[in-house]
Amino acid sequence: MKAKINNIMSTELFLPIVSLILVLIINIIKTPNFFNITIQNGVFYGYIIDVINRASELVILAVGMTLVVASSGGTDISVGAVCALSGAVACFILSGGEVSTSVYHSPYIVAFVSAIIVGLVCGSFNGFLVAKMNIQPMVATLILFTAGRGMAQLVTNGQITYIRVESFKMLGNSVKGIPLPTPVFIAIAVVILTFIILKRTALGLYIETVGINNKAAKLVGLNPVLIRFIAYAFCGLLAGLAGMIVSSRVYSADANNAGLNIELDAILAVALGGNSLGGGKFSLLGSVIGAYTIQALTTTLYAMSVSADQLPVYKAIVVVIIVSLQSKGFQRIIKEFKLKRKVEKVYEK
Amino acid sequence: MSKRGLGLFVSAIMLTMLALTGCGGGAKAPEESKAVESSAEQKSEEAKTEESKQAKEKIVVGYAQVGAESDWRTANTESFKSTFVPENGYELIFNDAQQKQENQIKAIRDFIQQEVDYIVLAPVVETGWDTVLQEAKDAGIPVILSDRMIKTSDDSLYTALVCGDFIKEGETAGHWLEDYIKLKGKNHDEKINIVTLQGTIGASAQVGRTDGFANILAKNSNWNMLAKQTGEFTQSKGQEVMESFLKQFDDIDVVVAENDNMAFGAIDAIKAAGKTCGPEGEITVISYDAVKAAFDAMIAGDLNASIECSPLHGPRVAEIIQKLEKGETVEKIQYVDESYFDTSMDLEKIKSERAY
Repeated sequence: MKAKINNIMSTELFLPIVSLILVLIINIIKTPNFFNITIQNGVFYGYIIDVINRASELVILAVGMTLVVASSGGTDISVGAVCALSGAVACFILSGGEVSTSVYHSPYIVAFVSAIIVGLVCGSFNGFLVAKMNIQPMVATLILFTAGRGMAQLVTNGQITYIRVESFKMLGNSVKGIPLPTPVFIAIAVVILTFIILKRTALGLYIETVGINNKAAKLVGLNPVLIRFIAYAFCGLLAGLAGMIVSSRVYSADANNAGLNIELDAILAVALGGNSLGGGKFSLLGSVIGAYTIQALTTTLYAMSVSADQLPVYKAIVVVIIVSLQSKGFQRIIKEFKLKRKVEKVYEK
Repeated sequence: MSKRGLGLFVSAIMLTMLALTGCGGGAKAPEESKAVESSAEQKSEEAKTEESKQAKEKIVVGYAQVGAESDWRTANTESFKSTFVPENGYELIFNDAQQKQENQIKAIRDFIQQEVDYIVLAPVVETGWDTVLQEAKDAGIPVILSDRMIKTSDDSLYTALVCGDFIKEGETAGHWLEDYIKLKGKNHDEKINIVTLQGTIGASAQVGRTDGFANILAKNSNWNMLAKQTGEFTQSKGQEVMESFLKQFDDIDVVVAENDNMAFGAIDAIKAAGKTCGPEGEITVISYDAVKAAFDAMIAGDLNASIECSPLHGPRVAEIIQKLEKGETVEKIQYVDESYFDTSMDLEKIKSERAY
């Protein structure tokens, strides 16, 4: 029995899951109706649904970010700007350059594919700079971080472009007859697909290898440049997809605010998932749980009516607690404490 | 590739990108010039000054604009472009800062070098202006702030501030609600439950509108502010917060959104929760700014009222400049005239006549 518990506690997902449960437990005490789920207009309705719905973009970005972090030991800080850019391009194509439209000026699929391609191109650009040119990831992605929103503004001519067509809202809201919001399914699909790709092929292993030791990876015949490039390109592609969801939610492209600061949350999700930001071994599911934890925290604070000016403080406190719980230093303290007790027991005997 | 070559390569890319965005900003000048109706009184005044000015040189005004992030901003730009025309005796040098303070600082330095007569600044952020405004002061160029206040220890760094009176806007919203409740014939003792979607905490629009509305709230003992939470002036955050409000409170009568975008998000959230809003619905929605999309929402019957935040600062700034030219002193803070719009008005007509 004890061995079993120890076994569970030592798995890499244990601490991220505990963090998520901790956040949720606060709700059982403070706002008991947090877990109520009813059906409204044929769609599930409740705080928990809000959490998994609103976290979708973050989950998608966290998946891409995990691979970037694992393969290069750096972060892609341009994902938020890429979201804005891909959304802007999609809305521009659909609106035909108008500020507000109630009919598509081009087929939806063209806009959707373009948005994904924009993401992919941005990701490839980052990948080229990081993998091929060996520029530090934060510096390389800083380029699109600054220029991305500027380009999005150019595309939308600085205005918020509205697409007031019902089918455009489907991706970010819910489709008639399906009881859960669409982003939830997309996020889950992305996670499952990525998981299968990483596990069925050796790519996951390659990414870890490159992240742990670039030179050794080269010596065993891997191509670190290509693997890193793939990670960044994939991250960009997912940012393009997330950008489409963000725009669809508000049926508009807002170059200034779409995906604002979401790159920081994505990096935090990776860290909360118990992944080392130094690269190497990674847990995709850890990051996904991290992303849901962040959104659960935000929704919890809303539900508890924490006043707006104190909101960041509470968020910071919880994040500090979670991150330190998972830190190596804290785990060492616990280990030493356990050892001490063991020694004491032996001594007593 | 050597380290140096690499550095060069990166800086080359960054420069190209900057140049690209920069060019775009310059080319962004709206081609279709929307005729901004200036009031008759002001036209006659400008006509007078025009005669006296013809002999003299033109007054050169440099305007460091924030960017073109919204219809409001575009209308603001247009207001300046149509007021400071050569026919009125002005020359306008316009700069679009693309939301970046460093661009605005650079623009002001350029204005100083070009020896403009007046500098108009719509600051992106509140702080960090002391140095560059001191440079303008040393060069003897008066600075007029448009739209937003700056934080500085030295008030003499700017001559005047032209802006909307956010506190008054908040009070207007409160008065509108008082009248609306009366119109609906509700009992005076009946409890009115209100929630507020605040703007970005600390922004002058958020502070003023919250305080202004609170002034009226205090006078009505039956009004009950259930909760206030920030929606950061964005539609998606407004929606997210409203979703939470709707689950916390069963009986919300009024939503006050501190800008139109958050109101749009709130309306979506209300509908998703199976409730109705607008003049025909259960929940009354009030917002601020009155942008074009807000008119659409009012016409669609989702939004009850929107309090105007007028972007037409150009004429008021021109007034100040004329006074300064004559050597008169001007008031430090000047407000533009603002009203409100609600569903009882002929919105289609107003919308088509408005410049923004």
